[in-house]
Amino acid sequence: MEFEPIIVGFLCNWCSYTGADLAGTARIKHRPNLRTIRVMCSGRVDPTFVLKAFAAGADGVLVCGCHPGDCHYIEGNYKTMRRMELLGQLVRAYGIDERRVRLEWVSASEGERFARLVDEMTLELRQLGPCKLRPTVAALANDFDGLSRAVTAQVAASGEVTHG
Amino acid sequence: MADRKLQVALYWGAACGGCDVAVLDTDAFILDLAAAADLRFWPIAVDGKYDDVEAMADGELDLAIFNGAVRNTENQHVAELLRRKAKLLVAFGSCAHLGGIPGLANAASRDEIFHRAYLANPSLEEGNVVLPVTEKKVASGTLEIPKLYRRVHKLDDVVPVDYYVAGCPPAPEQVKAVLKAVISGKLPARGSVVGCSERAVCDDCKRRKEEKKVKRFYRPWQVLQDPERCLLEQGIVCAGSVTRSGCGVRCPNSGMPCRGCYGPTAGVRDQGAKFISAIASIVDSRDPDEIASILGQIPDVMGYAYRFGLPAATIPGTARSL
Repeated sequence: MEFEPIIVGFLCNWCSYTGADLAGTARIKHRPNLRTIRVMCSGRVDPTFVLKAFAAGADGVLVCGCHPGDCHYIEGNYKTMRRMELLGQLVRAYGIDERRVRLEWVSASEGERFARLVDEMTLELRQLGPCKLRPTVAALANDFDGLSRAVTAQVAASGEVTHG
Repeated sequence: MADRKLQVALYWGAACGGCDVAVLDTDAFILDLAAAADLRFWPIAVDGKYDDVEAMADGELDLAIFNGAVRNTENQHVAELLRRKAKLLVAFGSCAHLGGIPGLANAASRDEIFHRAYLANPSLEEGNVVLPVTEKKVASGTLEIPKLYRRVHKLDDVVPVDYYVAGCPPAPEQVKAVLKAVISGKLPARGSVVGCSERAVCDDCKRRKEEKKVKRFYRPWQVLQDPERCLLEQGIVCAGSVTRSGCGVRCPNSGMPCRGCYGPTAGVRDQGAKFISAIASIVDSRDPDEIASILGQIPDVMGYAYRFGLPAATIPGTARSL
């Protein structure tokens, strides 16, 4: 069976959620992999939400807001633009492929574009495979075992090692 | 017991020793402590063996102060031992509270750390490879050293903790406040961070705050700073806005930015995520490329965001750290 990624989508109330709604009322089909969370503004998307989504098992996170200049709250989406850049740096440092986090602008009239985005991201994540973060976080709970395996093997294999 | 002296133990896990020094930094107060308490176990200051602690009755100690993170089997053993023997267990300092500086090891894997320390360290003498093993048979029997875990853990990952004392190290005034609270029996709600403010360092910082708009970030040594003005407004990355106050604003008062050692403010789960949020939002640009280039001036975002608390983060280590 083909891998079905789970994407958590944060959609702003004024543009992107309305755009997604338009996709629905226009009966445009898209992949069912997106779990939508409506927020009042993309600026409401605390980086904690994105990290928590990954820790809870998301394979990708999609944040959608109004196009630059169109924010209902004047500049919430500019703040998002900056935060997602720095968050991207952190996500890379965690070893998460940055294609798993996307920021896109979707207006209320772009239902078709929204559907295309969801399809695109789903296909891309299928190719990337599951995100390994959740098992990593889970393994933390029963971490308690011995010395570095690779190094122990190296010790066994190496003749020149002394024990000081 | 006839004399109702407090029975106290102090211990260090994966720590630098600074927390023990912070206790001694209370100057003459330490004599009050000695008068009010029997120091039953304190490896840095008084003689004592694990066997002595094992021999105590459960709950015999009134207070155990644990500093340092839990890094190996020995740390965990003593954490569990002190939890059993003490009525109150205090996670003392950033490492026990949040993982601390040793917690940054969760950015790398144990294999990488071993390789770096024992095989690729530039100070190693060529050809003289000495690797630790956890067990070694010698003529008189088997020698053992503690096993290193794959990750660094904070104290409450391992045992239930009654109180937290934040800071790297905790300020002497705060140490006094905590010890006085225990001596007098006037204790705050269980599970709280003792002797701290609920608010951020910025609330107590006396520097002048104007509009925060930053075009360029600097490390402290790269810029001649205005000693009166908010460091962040001068482009110096400061974690004051996302860090619990209670330290007395020691770093910003000395011209150094806050590095976040008191952990997140009350009610915040992830200090690093708030750091990302606060620092990025003050960038003075609406152009994606320019934003990327300005934020690219911050080296090692993970190190800045979780300098004292990677093991306490929503994602407590990198994917490759297992």
